[in-house]
Amino acid sequence: MDKSTCFHCGDDCDTIIQFNEKSFCCNGCKTVYEIFSENDLTCYYDLQSSPGAIPKEIQGKYDFLSQENIIEKLTEFNDGNTQIVTLYIPHIHCSSCIWILENGNKLNPGISTSQVNFGKKTVRVTYDTEKTSLKEIVILLSSIGYEPYISLDDFKTGKEHINRTLIYKLGIAGFAFGNVMFLSFPEYFEVGEFWLEQYKHLFRWLMFAFSLPVVFYAAQDYFVSAFKGLRAKLLNIDVPIALGISVLFIRSTIEIIFDLGSGFFDSLTGLVFFLLLGKFFQQKTYSFLSFERDYKSYFPIAITKISSEEGETPIQVYEIKKGDRLLIRNEELIPVDGILINGKARIDYSFVTGESENVSKNSGDKLFAGGKQTAGVIEMEALKSVEQSYLTQLWSNDVFSKNKEDGFTTLTNRISKRFTIAVLSISILATTFWLFVDASKAMNVFTAVLIIACPCAIALSAPFTFGNLLRIFGKQKFYVKNASVIEQLAAINTIIFDKTGTITSNKQSTATYEGETLSTSEGILLKNTLRGSNHPLSRTLYDILDENNIITLNHFEEHLGKGIEASHNNENIKIGSASFVGSSEASVLNTAVHISTNNIYKGKYTFYNSYRKGLSKLFNKLKKHYDLVILSGDNEGELENLKKILPSKTKLIFNQKPDDKLEYIKYHQTEGAKVLMIGDGLNDAGALAQSNVGIALSENVNVFSPACDAILDASKFNQLYKYIKVSKSAIQIIKWSFVLSFVYNVIGLYFAVTGQLAPVVAAILMPLSSISIVVFTTIATNILGRKLARN
Amino acid sequence: MSVIYILLTISIIVAIGFFAAFIYAVKSGQFDDSYTPSVRMLFEDELVKEKPKPTIKTKKTN
Repeated sequence: MDKSTCFHCGDDCDTIIQFNEKSFCCNGCKTVYEIFSENDLTCYYDLQSSPGAIPKEIQGKYDFLSQENIIEKLTEFNDGNTQIVTLYIPHIHCSSCIWILENGNKLNPGISTSQVNFGKKTVRVTYDTEKTSLKEIVILLSSIGYEPYISLDDFKTGKEHINRTLIYKLGIAGFAFGNVMFLSFPEYFEVGEFWLEQYKHLFRWLMFAFSLPVVFYAAQDYFVSAFKGLRAKLLNIDVPIALGISVLFIRSTIEIIFDLGSGFFDSLTGLVFFLLLGKFFQQKTYSFLSFERDYKSYFPIAITKISSEEGETPIQVYEIKKGDRLLIRNEELIPVDGILINGKARIDYSFVTGESENVSKNSGDKLFAGGKQTAGVIEMEALKSVEQSYLTQLWSNDVFSKNKEDGFTTLTNRISKRFTIAVLSISILATTFWLFVDASKAMNVFTAVLIIACPCAIALSAPFTFGNLLRIFGKQKFYVKNASVIEQLAAINTIIFDKTGTITSNKQSTATYEGETLSTSEGILLKNTLRGSNHPLSRTLYDILDENNIITLNHFEEHLGKGIEASHNNENIKIGSASFVGSSEASVLNTAVHISTNNIYKGKYTFYNSYRKGLSKLFNKLKKHYDLVILSGDNEGELENLKKILPSKTKLIFNQKPDDKLEYIKYHQTEGAKVLMIGDGLNDAGALAQSNVGIALSENVNVFSPACDAILDASKFNQLYKYIKVSKSAIQIIKWSFVLSFVYNVIGLYFAVTGQLAPVVAAILMPLSSISIVVFTTIATNILGRKLARN
Repeated sequence: MSVIYILLTISIIVAIGFFAAFIYAVKSGQFDDSYTPSVRMLFEDELVKEKPKPTIKTKKTN
């Protein structure tokens, strides 16, 4: 095994290339090694074994980077001599990557500094424009296997603004909390002591000063949110919190002005600090994943335009006009709808439809935006501009501008409505009672109830539970956008799957043979004939068939769009479409390859999708609790096959266009369905946005996935039911922690209603309840996580 | 006991000094990436190195 893996990329080598006593799988890897060893950078291989990637062919691909207006948009700083650019490199995955990228100046002296952000998988390069250029840097990075991913998404005005307000607020609240605690400490114990009496006013006013930024800056969001909630006639969790904070502040201020007591500044600052901590904990998400992608992240920035006057020039894709001649190179994406003029097109529409099989097109055929050319260079004429193309129009639908969370009431807010009403009635009842018994205490009791009932612990339950679960899911390759997604996931009752690429795996397919059995010599001939063909079906069939001896064919001919013909010794074979082979069979929906030898029809190989492992097991588990639907853009070819595998009550709907999928979900939502949509291609983007929870299944988490609420690694597809179950358990944990916090509230209310709430009691009770909630939810979710990881 | 005024002033100045350091740290982006620096600090030896270590040349394939 040692010898057969590549020293650079770690892949298995088919043909070993020896260099410097090391084996490489291809010349690309060897070249990268040569570049590194010439520049004394072989330390790259010391930090991590075989960390590299095979460099891809990039000739001409980055010509557009020499255009001034494109450079201007991509760079974040540009003064003519020095430019700074941040490039997203999906391959960044280990410490070797950081090391080699940060040593960029050894490979190109024009680079002055380069800095990697590992979490975001970006490298920020500062370089001298007199010595090098953006194009050179990108080509250099590509040549060492770190090809940057530049898409239309990067082409936007305005620099990214990093929001750090929460860290500031948390810092301020923590700072004030610590200092106020110190200052209020003496008064907890030695009330009435001489020196304390002397200085207590100073201490109290200092605490007041510390609490000002906490109330007016750090706690700002709670007031804003409570105000918004009230205006929308909603009693959300922030209403009692804002009420609690204001009452705490006003009562404490009055107390120190009239020398009635020391106030509750310690509880006030502590409360805000803990609340913000919860927010911070929940906010941390996956910075290297984007959940907001639209077609712009897939599309190139520029494309080559051909004109009779100027020859080949790169132009910005937004500048493409109807009638422009475009040159699409191998592996390039078609940015607009158009007509094929020249060349043999084999288009991979998997980004758009999820369909894995390439489509062959001839000159004069229509090409749709979003397809990727996979065979050589083609020329096409644009029929529409980028925004008007079929695929991109999907994004003008309203669902993409709606915010899903708006229409959803969280568990916390549902509880808080009843909670707020209960607290207000208790405080009014208690105040009325004290008005008759001891009127001087009434105001004291009223405020005390509002202070102690401030639902800090309730507000913390959900953030800490979900925040921790987000991390646990992340470790299991299920990346969830935010906490409310977990809550919605627990509430779904309908699951809709896309077919191609979602329940089928992209890479493999299976074929079954029907007809007369082929003799050994015919089998050998078949295999060897397929060897010579590059048609995707031939390649697939070739991979499926058993190994055979290699023979030399006497005759081999490929008939474009029909099939292949070959002969060996006296045997003659024809492989291809039914009409080509001479079968009378009417066309069926399934893809099939027919075979005849010596002009006698033998039989056919029918291709079936290969379904993901554990599919029917998963469906059988899910069917007890959910309505299951398969919504496919494909034809009905797989209908019978699917019926066999899936539980009988699964609805199977075929021939659905992207819009149809969206409408289907919308319709069922009006009938009360809570829909979980699982899809993979851009054609599911509308459906993913419309559904209550949209999960994008992805073979490679770093690169392609449409806008969604969560990204699931394809290898974990069969675990789906477990993730839903864990989400449900999380809701249980939150409910239990609500119970726990109610216990604390009852204890606190006892002190408050009886009029004996001393600052020290509040100062103990509030942090204690918060901390015990944090501990409880963390332990409970970790137990859940361990269960999830174990099986 | 009026020394307490001095002590208080000092303690608050120290506290505010740390607070200012925190604000500066956030502003300069030190909290934006909490992972890479932990790896980068281990590279120092390799970065200043002029010639490759002899061990690399003799290193066997793995």
